[in-house]
Amino acid sequence: MPGTCLGLLGPNGAGKTTLMRMITGQTRAASGDITVLNHNVASDTRAARRVLGVCPQQDNMDDQQTARENLALWAALCRVPRAERKQAVATALETAQLTERANERVTNLSGGMRRRLLLGRAFVNSPKVVLLDEPTVGLDPQVRSDLWLIIDGMRRSGVTVVMSTHYIEEAERLADDIAIMNHGRVIARGTPNKLREMHAGSEAVEYVGSAATLDEIAEKAAVVGLKTRRAGLSISVLGVESTPATTLDSWGRYSRRATNLEDVFVLLTGESLDA
Amino acid sequence: MPRFDVQSIPAIWVRELTLFKRYWRGTTFSAILEPLIFLFGIGLGVGAFLDEIDGVKYVIFVGTGAVATAVIFSSVFPGMYNTFIARTFQKVYDGILATPTTAAEIMVAEALWIATRTAVYGSVPIVVTIPFGLKPTSTMLLVPFICFLTALGFTFLGQWISGVVKVIDSFSYFQSALITPLLFISGTYFPISGLPTWAQTASNVNPVYHCIELVRDASFNRLSVSSFWNVLALAIFAAITGTLSVRTITRRLIT
Repeated sequence: MPGTCLGLLGPNGAGKTTLMRMITGQTRAASGDITVLNHNVASDTRAARRVLGVCPQQDNMDDQQTARENLALWAALCRVPRAERKQAVATALETAQLTERANERVTNLSGGMRRRLLLGRAFVNSPKVVLLDEPTVGLDPQVRSDLWLIIDGMRRSGVTVVMSTHYIEEAERLADDIAIMNHGRVIARGTPNKLREMHAGSEAVEYVGSAATLDEIAEKAAVVGLKTRRAGLSISVLGVESTPATTLDSWGRYSRRATNLEDVFVLLTGESLDA
Repeated sequence: MPRFDVQSIPAIWVRELTLFKRYWRGTTFSAILEPLIFLFGIGLGVGAFLDEIDGVKYVIFVGTGAVATAVIFSSVFPGMYNTFIARTFQKVYDGILATPTTAAEIMVAEALWIATRTAVYGSVPIVVTIPFGLKPTSTMLLVPFICFLTALGFTFLGQWISGVVKVIDSFSYFQSALITPLLFISGTYFPISGLPTWAQTASNVNPVYHCIELVRDASFNRLSVSSFWNVLALAIFAAITGTLSVRTITRRLIT
């Protein structure tokens, strides 16, 4: 749907980048068909790529070229008509908030600025769909929230965003729809709320204690049919919204919290997402 | 594979031109200095012990031969190194392939660019040899075209090698076992008529030999019908290496 953001959430090696490469026709699908807005990627690669904008995980800009030159190259590669290129580059610079640094060589830009430029570059051909592969990986929180604003702006302008991430917070903030991936497969799909409700309930309680205590709580929870999730010295019992407080009290002291996507993820994959 | 789209060529050239703006001074400097040193050192130095070769002064013989060295150096090496670095370290091609551009178009556009550049730089030795006594002829104006055709084949060869090796260090195998012999058994520094018959026969499949034959025939105003075969040999070489380059690099980039 135009203007929505699909988040691909999964640990490293889940197949997120491979999926992105399959959408651009850079990795061949072993079976099945992929179409981008009715363009079959395998048989009509060029048309599919024309409507796509891509922000790769690995920064592949030309270091020795300026921000403007990088964008101008992309405009040419993406077949933006010659007469419209200048404007397209200016808009992309504005999107990346780099108008002031347009004539600076990329090598002199900070990590955050390079990422913004990479995002702006994905936008230079006014794509209908943008693929963002781990757009904020390895960046500090301030830069990350700057990028989120840009991505949100893209979505609000009617562009469909497909974004892979292994940051729960990123997926929760930006994605309207989430596909949880593991070992090359989508194992769950839905809105963040729906995924939580379906797999982890709405509320969780957290107990802290020794390994033996936590084992005991896990057993008791299993008896009453509740799912649990261990993390270090604590255990979360999930979906406790209709469990009587007396039962929970009898297991020890706990704190109550809302369930989150990480709960869902760990339940479904048995793996934790290391941010 | 999608049909070849010529629109990709000017797009790729946007990149080449912006990069060239940065490094043209250095490239031009060495393109002029190297044949000069070559002519002073080998041309005059070795020439002092030789009268004439094939009816021309040695310095002129070697000056016209230096075109081949210049052509090979400024085509096969950029083909190897630039392509390898852009593909593996910088991942530039991975980025470009997400746009409506194919690997074949990238390789062809880059080869055309390097060949065009080499058409200019490869012809410098001819200009430099003129003050040493080379008589200007009108057919000399064909030298840039000969350089272009030769460089096209050798750039493709370099691109293909860059796709065959796993690590950049493996280039030395190709440099020592392929490029150096091709340069030496071609008539660059001495006429191949002094070589054993088998080596003379073998040089017919050496594109460098055909390049030098054409350059000397154009420079000495003695082009003939047989020059056509030299052109054909260079064209076949470019067609073969071009096919190898496109196939190998596509296989490396589209997984």
